[in-house]
Amino acid sequence: MATKEFKCKVCGYVHKGDKAPDICPVCKAGASEFEAVKKGLDTNSNIYTVVYAAVMVVIVAFLLVFVSDSLKERQQANIIQDTYKQILYSLNIREMGNVAETYKSTIEGDYLMNADGSLKQLSNDEFCTKYKSEFKSGRLHIFKANVDGAVKYIIPVNGLGLWGEIWGYVALNEDRNTIYGTYFSHASETPGLGGEVGTQYFQERFIGKQILQNGNVNLSVVKFGQAKDGVYEVDGLTGATITSKGVNSMLNDVLSAYKPFFNGNN
Amino acid sequence: MANKNKEIFGQPVWVNNPVVVQILGICSALAVTAQLKPAIVMGLSVTVIVALANVVVSLLRKTIPNRIRIIVQLVVVAALVTIVSEVLKAFAYDVSVQLSVYIGLIITNCILMGRLEAFAMQNGPKESLLDGIGNGLGYAAILIIVAFVRELLGSGTLFGFQVIPQWCYEHGYLNNGMMLMSPMALILVGCIIWVHRAQFKDLQEK
Repeated sequence: MATKEFKCKVCGYVHKGDKAPDICPVCKAGASEFEAVKKGLDTNSNIYTVVYAAVMVVIVAFLLVFVSDSLKERQQANIIQDTYKQILYSLNIREMGNVAETYKSTIEGDYLMNADGSLKQLSNDEFCTKYKSEFKSGRLHIFKANVDGAVKYIIPVNGLGLWGEIWGYVALNEDRNTIYGTYFSHASETPGLGGEVGTQYFQERFIGKQILQNGNVNLSVVKFGQAKDGVYEVDGLTGATITSKGVNSMLNDVLSAYKPFFNGNN
Repeated sequence: MANKNKEIFGQPVWVNNPVVVQILGICSALAVTAQLKPAIVMGLSVTVIVALANVVVSLLRKTIPNRIRIIVQLVVVAALVTIVSEVLKAFAYDVSVQLSVYIGLIITNCILMGRLEAFAMQNGPKESLLDGIGNGLGYAAILIIVAFVRELLGSGTLFGFQVIPQWCYEHGYLNNGMMLMSPMALILVGCIIWVHRAQFKDLQEK
């Protein structure tokens, strides 16, 4: 490798030596037409490109797997904590010290509704955070809570807004009809418009409303300002018609499935 | 050298702002500026990601095969965004909920590709870091200005707190719902460009 290589830019002749020849022996071009051929890796070659891409992908894949795996536990704990929080929000407990402790002292248990409306308690290990797939597979969760001696029932709901998923929790009084509190959240509604479903003032509009009319679920979210005096209509959000409709159908679709529970006494 | 670094860092913040001069990153500037809080969070996240991506690509720049350089840059950006998002989910869950979809949007932010291709591929890691931070802050500045106007006029709030007093509403003042729509953000960015061009006449197109 002691000698360098020089390539003629005119005809492609390669000269081996310490410096470029004065005149190209093939096309008679001057020394200025010669350029040094770089030794070492040719970063433009096909093999280099393919190997580079392959190595890069493998390294990145391992890195991502490592990061995701080492953080999984913490993330899961955060998600559970966040679910606790959302459930407590629906009970109008918006300020809390230790989330897990508040949850344990308030929520008596996580139940599944049987077809006849009776409840079956689940153990703590079965706490789940994906109520959408649970609802789809027919596992209807109900949480029983104790707020200052009064029994409350909390039902997780989920549906679609304008851009993506919306979900929430509806807390009912012991009569299984009157709404004690709600909490909603969303994945990607427009901030300032549909995104307002996540705000306290909207969620508080539901307090005191009733969900059952003659044994059927009938609670409507109507255009803002059109809710007549009464217990079955709630004002929607201004400028977010589709999100409001989404909340409406989310509540009616999900709560209808719980009809046996609302109408039963067990 | 110190002067040159200052220029690399300072230029993109206003004089050569990525949004108003290079017209990059407009899409996310429209999406996240209806309220101040997400705008600030987005601005900071982009700053962090563009700075990190600039450094990584700048370190790799001599080994990257020319023909697949864009893909390599994309992989670097996507990997960084994914890692940052995972770390946020583990250590700052509230922030990651706040960011939700925007963190994914960072990957498609044109400022990143623009800076990687135009700057990090030719310059050392130190300069690239400064360039990345400068451009990120320039982007954040525009986002904050637009979000300030949109939230104030659109919802009457700032950071979610009511700032337009109740008596204004009682006397017939109404929030401008148009402000919450994306087109108004574009018009506001246009206004900022107007101010910018009035200050830097040489950038005006004939």
